Amino acid sequence: MSTEIIIPEQSSEIQQPTGQSRRWFLLGLGAFFNGVVGSMFLVPIARYLLSPVKRDSAYKSWISLGAVDDYPVGETRLATYENPFRRAWDGETAGVACYVRRTAEDKFQVFAVNCAHLGCPVRWFPQSQLFMCPCHGGAYYADGSRASGPPERGLFTYEHKIAGGQLQIDAGQMPTLSNTAKSVTNGGCKGNLASNSDQLVTIEGCKGNTPCAS
Amino acid sequence: MRFLKTIYGWLEQRVQFEAPVKEAALHPVPSNTASWWYVFGSAAFTLLMLQVVTGILLAIVYVPSAGQAWSSLNVLNHQLELGWFLRAVHGWGSNFMVAVVLIHMAQVFLFGAYKFPRELTWIVGVSLLLMTLGMAFTGQVLRFDQDAYWGLGIGASISSRIPVIGSSVVHLLLGGPIIAGATLSRFFALHVFVIPGMMLAFAGLHVWMVLKLGINEWPTPGRLVHRSTYISEYRSLTHRDGIPFVPAALWKDALFSAAILAAVVLCACVFGPIGPSGQPDPTIVQTVPKPDFFFLWIYAALAYLPPSMETPFILIAPVVGIVILLVLPFVAGEGEKSWHRRPVAVLVLSTVALTWGVLTHLASFTPWSPHMEAWSGDPVPVRYLQPVTPLAREGAQVFQAKQCRNCHSLGGRGGERGPTLDAIASRMTEDQMIRQVLQGGGNMPAYGKNLSPAETTALVTFLETLHPKDQPPAIDASQQQAQSSETPTPLEAKR
Repeated sequence: MSTEIIIPEQSSEIQQPTGQSRRWFLLGLGAFFNGVVGSMFLVPIARYLLSPVKRDSAYKSWISLGAVDDYPVGETRLATYENPFRRAWDGETAGVACYVRRTAEDKFQVFAVNCAHLGCPVRWFPQSQLFMCPCHGGAYYADGSRASGPPERGLFTYEHKIAGGQLQIDAGQMPTLSNTAKSVTNGGCKGNLASNSDQLVTIEGCKGNTPCAS
Repeated sequence: MRFLKTIYGWLEQRVQFEAPVKEAALHPVPSNTASWWYVFGSAAFTLLMLQVVTGILLAIVYVPSAGQAWSSLNVLNHQLELGWFLRAVHGWGSNFMVAVVLIHMAQVFLFGAYKFPRELTWIVGVSLLLMTLGMAFTGQVLRFDQDAYWGLGIGASISSRIPVIGSSVVHLLLGGPIIAGATLSRFFALHVFVIPGMMLAFAGLHVWMVLKLGINEWPTPGRLVHRSTYISEYRSLTHRDGIPFVPAALWKDALFSAAILAAVVLCACVFGPIGPSGQPDPTIVQTVPKPDFFFLWIYAALAYLPPSMETPFILIAPVVGIVILLVLPFVAGEGEKSWHRRPVAVLVLSTVALTWGVLTHLASFTPWSPHMEAWSGDPVPVRYLQPVTPLAREGAQVFQAKQCRNCHSLGGRGGERGPTLDAIASRMTEDQMIRQVLQGGGNMPAYGKNLSPAETTALVTFLETLHPKDQPPAIDASQQQAQSSETPTPLEAKR
């Protein structure tokens, strides 16, 4: 049972400087080839990992929120749509909610549910005409402008248009300060709210506590 | 017995573990380090093993798909034999692990163990803390419920604030434009492969260095660490006053680890599995998302920061914090180890602990958030309605219907965002109240457009009744004087 495992003595050949340098060279060659092959892998791996990074416009498309008549004048309603870039295994997360406010026959505002502070879902209270956020207490007026709390700006708005009796919005990605805020025109306080109903209406300039757009 | 010995001999001949294991087990440690203060590191390692085992057991049922993750968790909780228990142990094991790692770090900091030659051990430890927190966050995402969904939203919103590359970071984090299937898949890969693999490697390196460099001796006031002399001093200390690690110190580690495991099991049995809460349906906006316990302090800090400071703070503070931790052993690598002579260290640790505790406590009842259901769920106390006029009662109706209650409490119930209004009439006059309600201010929205004059009158009439019996309502002294005084007003005087 007691079989000895014999560890071979280190061969004296290794000690010789000439053989050593040759072997080190060959090892270096092996390492170099591994490096070359490895770096060939790097490009596809990096591109694969970075594939979700796209321009904001690549993730946007026009989505119908249903017939215009579904949204009564003077009311703000929660609407839902399916994310246009959905995958088969997205399940419930493919759905997205937004608030549609109709102020006149042809005047709409479509707000993201995500609070401009940290993205929590704001809730609409028709009685007090306020959007309130459950996370850190942000509040917004009916026109989306900031009322109080930590948000630095008003609610994010979607660009919208009416086509064939359908209300359509330009959506597809989660609105955050890095995308939606860049693409909006600053209109809310400047008095051009009524003139371009198809334009985005934002309230970035409105700080303080009084509602500025009507 | 002899048979076992033969098997052992056969194995040992091939793996040859005996010598290194013996060396590690019997290496001498300073006798006073065989202390109950030195048990947290091994307990953290034990908890890591517990998380690995329970994690694998959960992974054989859990479905990492956005469409099915939530249902598979419910199957684990309710349908699979003892699935709830494994989820509970994994969830509570995670809480205990974060806690024990933090305590371990505090102890190491207080005992000056990060000083020469253990700088790298500390740095690897800091990385392990960050990975532990990473596991806690990714684990919360894998519990794919409403809190997980909106927690990801908060993560994306924070990332979006990074200048220039914010948008790309969000896309990378979410695996696409929106929180969806791709998001869960990548967090699954992080939680199950990437971070645990790194953790096992780092934890192995951490323990290796503890064995090679020796456990930090019990700090003695006045015995300073010098790079030139420390190693020989430590060696002579372990020779003079050393005891073998096994069994002298290990029995306390073993006992404490067992106690921690028992505590995890006890919590699992008493409190059960953590979540999942509501289904991760983003169209359900009736939700109040909240992070897990160890992230509550961030949640609170984000509520209290002034808006202008928020982005710089969110982006800079974590980097500064981590850099301080990493640089610490190089800045304070020598000198005094004892907490008796390191008042700044003690003060820093207590300040951090106190701040953390206060913020966590505040986040447990979120005084900054409106209580979304208060207006319809918390009735106005009857005593405020009995002796008052019909108009004031109408005002109470307005108070509830306009969601004032969501931010203002009455009788101890309702939101805490704004001041409690039980004695508002003794602080504000009627005019002041009207102004405040209509124009807002001081973080209150203006209700000017949403209240009719009649509603405003009723509301203020109700608020006017809210004062303690022994305190009269506030009055405008100048107005009273103006009304009672015979002196002509400036306008009349001009005539």
